[in-house]
Amino acid sequence: MLCFRILFMEQVLFKHNRPGRMTTFDEYRSEGGFVALARALAGMSPDEVQQAVIDSGMRGRGGAGFPTGKKWSFVPRNLPGPRYLICNCDEMEPGTYKDRVLLERNPHLLVEGMALACYALGVQHAFIFIRRGYEQAADNLRLAVAAAHGAGFLGENVRGSGFSLELDIHQSAGRYICGEETALINALEGIRANPRAKPPFPAVKGLWGQPTVVNNVETLANIPSIINGGPAWWKGLAATPEAAGTKLFCISGHVVRPECFELPLGMKLGEIIDGPCGGMRPGSTFKACIPGGASTPYLTKLHWDVPMDFDPVAKAGSRLGTGGIIVFDQSTCMVAATLNLIRFFARESCGWCTPCREGLPFVRHILERIEAGQGQAGDIDILREHVRLLNHAFCALAPGAMGPVDGLLNHFEDELQEHITAQRCPFEGTHS
Amino acid sequence: MSDVVAQKTEEQEPEVDLSIADAIIDKYIDIPGNLMPVLQAAQDEYGYIPRTVADHIAERLNVYPSQIYGVLTFYAQFHLKPRGKFIIRVCVGTACHVQGAPRIVETFFDKLGIGHAETTPDLRFTFEKVACLGACGMAPLAMVNDSTYGAMTVQKVDDIVADYQQRPLK
Repeated sequence: MLCFRILFMEQVLFKHNRPGRMTTFDEYRSEGGFVALARALAGMSPDEVQQAVIDSGMRGRGGAGFPTGKKWSFVPRNLPGPRYLICNCDEMEPGTYKDRVLLERNPHLLVEGMALACYALGVQHAFIFIRRGYEQAADNLRLAVAAAHGAGFLGENVRGSGFSLELDIHQSAGRYICGEETALINALEGIRANPRAKPPFPAVKGLWGQPTVVNNVETLANIPSIINGGPAWWKGLAATPEAAGTKLFCISGHVVRPECFELPLGMKLGEIIDGPCGGMRPGSTFKACIPGGASTPYLTKLHWDVPMDFDPVAKAGSRLGTGGIIVFDQSTCMVAATLNLIRFFARESCGWCTPCREGLPFVRHILERIEAGQGQAGDIDILREHVRLLNHAFCALAPGAMGPVDGLLNHFEDELQEHITAQRCPFEGTHS
Repeated sequence: MSDVVAQKTEEQEPEVDLSIADAIIDKYIDIPGNLMPVLQAAQDEYGYIPRTVADHIAERLNVYPSQIYGVLTFYAQFHLKPRGKFIIRVCVGTACHVQGAPRIVETFFDKLGIGHAETTPDLRFTFEKVACLGACGMAPLAMVNDSTYGAMTVQKVDDIVADYQQRPLK
């Protein structure tokens, strides 16, 4: 039954994919590529494009889940000077690789989506901020941009509509904090990527002090199908009436098929693991998972039937995040896994604000001593206090970093206690 | 004291050809926000950012050297010391961690005789633990320069080191 459903699930992001290689521009065109852009330029006003995105109920796919149309509507209409769109492809959240797959397979979708977004927002110069290490994706994007230019979908006066657009690709020099939108803007300007104070929000004062919208790759890649199929149809691609559209879930860890799948938003966690992922590996049973990238609190067996959509996952005490699911089996020490995550975040703190710069290494120290069998009686309380304290950092990095610690305290306090009482890791020897 | 330090640094630094840097700067000089692409291209050309190059870029782009060093020490891509011809990166992100990345790292340490962020004296290998490389479905993951090696095992570590040992350095 499940197989049947998956077989007939409608896809919009992976629809044009070819096995093992990038879809060419001509292939994309022949399957309806750039029809949405041509249609919008010929017969829709910018406001109508924006309204379609609002009506679709699209929520940002980069992690925060902010409604995309609403974000667009914050751009003031009457400010003089240029405005910018930045595509955030700084995909550095551990466990997340969906944007890489999307761009390596079909970069044209992003180019068309960005052109539509720029038309709606009145942007003439847009940037793609792509992370270091995604060389193949960046190469494919360059090909796609050049092909779109060649066919007259980018550049001066696109299709005689009076709309002009230049698309630049910027490769990041590499830091996790660059994914934070104001830090990303600083990185693009060529300075240290410390986050900026908000307000003013980037929509009002962003790149070079001008109104700027920052959207995720997957968010922008969805826009052509919203225009093509209409907002109501697109919304209906989801598995539940509350959810909207499809979502790329990239799965890793102890499952049979750790791959990236396009699935209806709102599909249940258990359905994703038992369906497309092929279930747990032989000998493995499900213990917990990170539902949406490294900064989201764990879900456990209790959450097997939670619909993977923004609000239900939030209700379960976590976040849908990026859709990067890391699955852990019974052999995983949750203290060691959390320590691994905190080491990453402590290293990647940009150092701008004290709670994050000092707090994360301290939390790492506490977890290190618990894992090493030197935990002390008050350590659990210290960790809990720091979940509260680090919520008051300058940007979202520190609160996100404490997500897994929060999950550890909520679902695996007994495992923490066991480490401290026995003065050793109970999983010692069962994993490396 | 500071004179001694400065002298020592200059002694250690080999001669570099600044005309390479000039060609890069000429290409980007009129573009706003050009510091990053200039430094990135210099990193690619020289393999690291020599002190004289950083100072030269500061002068020609009319920015403070402190700003350049602020950027150089902030981002992961930039290096102030020469690096190996083959950069080995092993992902220790969470997905790789639970699939046995620590053992892969230890095996590389043993095989290469160097630790994290270190370079072999012959400038053949530089080793780095990194997170996350964004290919979690292939965990545990290693990369040598731009080549990716998925589902790493201890045996594969042996094969990779043996393979790159044989390749020419020049």
